[in-house]
Amino acid sequence: MSLTQIRQGSLVLVDAARVQSRGAFYVAQSRIRQMMTWIWLILGIAIANPILYLISVGIGLGGLIDKSVGPAGVDGVKYLTFLAPALLAQAAIQGTMDETVFPTIEGFKWHKTFYSMNATPLSGAQISYGVFLTALFRAFYTVVLYFGVMWAFGALESPRAWLAIPTAVFAGASFGALMQALAARLEDENIFFVVLGRFVMMPLFMFSGTFFPLTSMPFFLQWIGWISPLWHATELGRNLTYGHPISPTMMWVHFVFLGVMLVVGLYFSARIFTKRLAK
Amino acid sequence: MSNPLISARGLTKKFGDFTAVNGIDFDVYKGESFGFLGPNGAGKSTAMRIIGATSQRTSGTISILGKDPELHGPQIRAHLGVVPQQDNLDMQLSVAENLYIYGRYFGLSRKFVKGKVNELLAFAQLEEKRDAKVETLSGGMKRRLTIARALVSEPEILMLDEPTTGLDPQARHILWDRLFRLKEQGVTLLITTHFMDEAEQLCDRLIVMDKGSIMAEGSPASLIKNYATKEVLELRFGSDRNQEMGAKLRTMCERIEELPDRVLMYTEDGEALLEKIYSADLHPKTSLVRRSSLEDVFLRLTGRTLIE
Amino acid sequence: MFIPMAVAIAEKRVGKLGERVYSGRVPQLLERGFIAFKSSTYMIVISGFVEPVLYLLSFGYGIGKLLPTITVGSETIKYAAFIAPALLATSAMNGAIYDSTMNVFFKLNHDRIYHGMLATSMGPLDVALGEIGWALLRGFSYACAFMAVIAPLGLVESVWGLLAIPAAVLIAFGFASCGMAVTSYMKSFQQLEIINMFLLPMFLFSGSFYPITVFPQWLQFTVNLMPLTHAINLVRGLCLGHINMALLSHALYFVVMIIIGLIFTTKRLNALFMK
Repeated sequence: MSLTQIRQGSLVLVDAARVQSRGAFYVAQSRIRQMMTWIWLILGIAIANPILYLISVGIGLGGLIDKSVGPAGVDGVKYLTFLAPALLAQAAIQGTMDETVFPTIEGFKWHKTFYSMNATPLSGAQISYGVFLTALFRAFYTVVLYFGVMWAFGALESPRAWLAIPTAVFAGASFGALMQALAARLEDENIFFVVLGRFVMMPLFMFSGTFFPLTSMPFFLQWIGWISPLWHATELGRNLTYGHPISPTMMWVHFVFLGVMLVVGLYFSARIFTKRLAK
Repeated sequence: MSNPLISARGLTKKFGDFTAVNGIDFDVYKGESFGFLGPNGAGKSTAMRIIGATSQRTSGTISILGKDPELHGPQIRAHLGVVPQQDNLDMQLSVAENLYIYGRYFGLSRKFVKGKVNELLAFAQLEEKRDAKVETLSGGMKRRLTIARALVSEPEILMLDEPTTGLDPQARHILWDRLFRLKEQGVTLLITTHFMDEAEQLCDRLIVMDKGSIMAEGSPASLIKNYATKEVLELRFGSDRNQEMGAKLRTMCERIEELPDRVLMYTEDGEALLEKIYSADLHPKTSLVRRSSLEDVFLRLTGRTLIE
Repeated sequence: MFIPMAVAIAEKRVGKLGERVYSGRVPQLLERGFIAFKSSTYMIVISGFVEPVLYLLSFGYGIGKLLPTITVGSETIKYAAFIAPALLATSAMNGAIYDSTMNVFFKLNHDRIYHGMLATSMGPLDVALGEIGWALLRGFSYACAFMAVIAPLGLVESVWGLLAIPAAVLIAFGFASCGMAVTSYMKSFQQLEIINMFLLPMFLFSGSFYPITVFPQWLQFTVNLMPLTHAINLVRGLCLGHINMALLSHALYFVVMIIIGLIFTTKRLNALFMK
């Protein structure tokens, strides 16, 4: 008969100080390992998505639009070039959101894994950061893949276009952090998903100047773009990929907006995680 | 005796190569409380589902109220109240709505079902929970609601698959009390269980099943009488010494069972046997004299315990 | 002899067509839908209607500025009027798919409420038709609501457009019955994702936002095989008043889908619950 041995004692085996300094990475490590079981599906979607959108909307609809607007172009360029950076930012936001919201609800409600993690020396804040880091990782490779597809479609005009990769990830991080904080507070997720999907994500996707310049919307709808991380990231992305003009002030506004969102999101997420786990 | 309500001969059910129910025969009569006792995987639930006309047999015959469930599923199910092993209440509805809509599924009129709902809420002691969502109920309450739901069509046969598995002792006793009341009203009960105390409490007659076959049949008292002694002496010598001591004790009683954690000695007089053991200078760490139970019957028949 | 009411009701169906799988309890299942609906959150209810309106507002207005008109055959149509029927067809599809996949998967594997239903004197076809019937009622009300938005905006060019509402219900029926059939074979939530992987390309390439004639021949051919293309062509034809025999073939496509879906759903439910 094999019995488990309990004689060393946790004081000898567990290096609590080490866990305290690197806990978030341990959490991220285990989450990334889980992600690897679906990695081919995730990668497949990450590549197929931009290809489908760029062909269907960028080239299909774009061809008709380019004919209609003539040589002036949309914002001075081909419709495909105009559209691509917005889709890049959208992919980052969608990626981080999937990787923060679902694991957070799963950890607190569906499988309650956070509670067992918290029974080890890991703190609530570390679990929160760990989930967030995993999401960043996913956003990063999604965006890199997307960027590769954009390049293949010839949608990049500026030599510093690659800088759109970090700005897109930045937007994903900001929104993801905020959504993670929200998801951590949830009791009833069914309504949340519907509200999130149809009253938050959809309008952001549709009204952030993604498919057409924000200024062509009636003024009373433009505010959706102003508070949308997607619009801020899209403006930056357009500047970087084809030189869409942005004043220095607006450049600051975009970065500060996303930065504040990121800090606030991370702060509240860590706080809510800690509180909910201690409840 | 009158004709049986349910009658099975050579009833067999195979899933691919696996034989879940292996040629069993049994009859259930009106008003009796009939049990299937056996460990998990003995084929009890499969047998129940065939009776419930939601599973088709591989061979053999079965008739329920004179009908073949394969040909007359809906008509047979109209006679039955089914309490499945896993509660499958409608989570989107309240307690009262669950009862109401279930009655409607049988095609019963709104007026009839509405009256029935009040009656069943009282029966299940859930009147205060009438408008509560099912999610908020405790395990015992959910179970009572499932039983009440099964009664909404006034079935002649109530089928309960592991009715108290997962409930705490108090909730079990409340449930047993409700089932006794139904029995008193003449409802035929069909119960599967792997708890010997439940089988002893609720069943007039039962079959002991293992690996798809019937090992024995009879009333709880007659089974104990036929397959066990009156009393059992349970001894513990510590996990590494039980076997060794068992060998020494073998000659001192009618039958002995050495389990990993204890030794069971079958005898007509437990106290006297214990005296004998002490006087032989054998000192168990703990000792207990008890009446024989269906657990001992099962151990005798299969060499295994009911709960593993 | 005393005969319980439930038994008397069940006996009445003996000898009727399909008595072993169908007991005529669709109204009771719709009743369940209404009871559950009463306590559901209104946010969820409105949300199904919001989606096509957002698309219409965004694409109709925003893209409409870049691309004011679209030419179909010899006719020039406002861009918003071109996409509105497509959005109606797509939302009929989305609603039906949601109701018959996510919803059904949960009831089947998580709450197991079909197990409870099928322990009564109902049969699997009752459950399938009841579930689909509820999806259609919802689809019908969303279609009416969307019509009430686009008609006053002048985006429905013909009175034939009224027929777009029953057409939307037909489309929803086709998708719901096939959706339920597919879902009944699914074992995990991840597998359900496969359905979404079909929906997105279908949505992007079925001519919602521009005529598929811009595609090369081979792609047009593939796109023409997909159900959403037929749905859009049917609704668009009615809204624009282009009435011809082709509309009938689009409708027929969905009739076939309904029949195939129902046969597989009933078979599969029978196998799942009567095994």
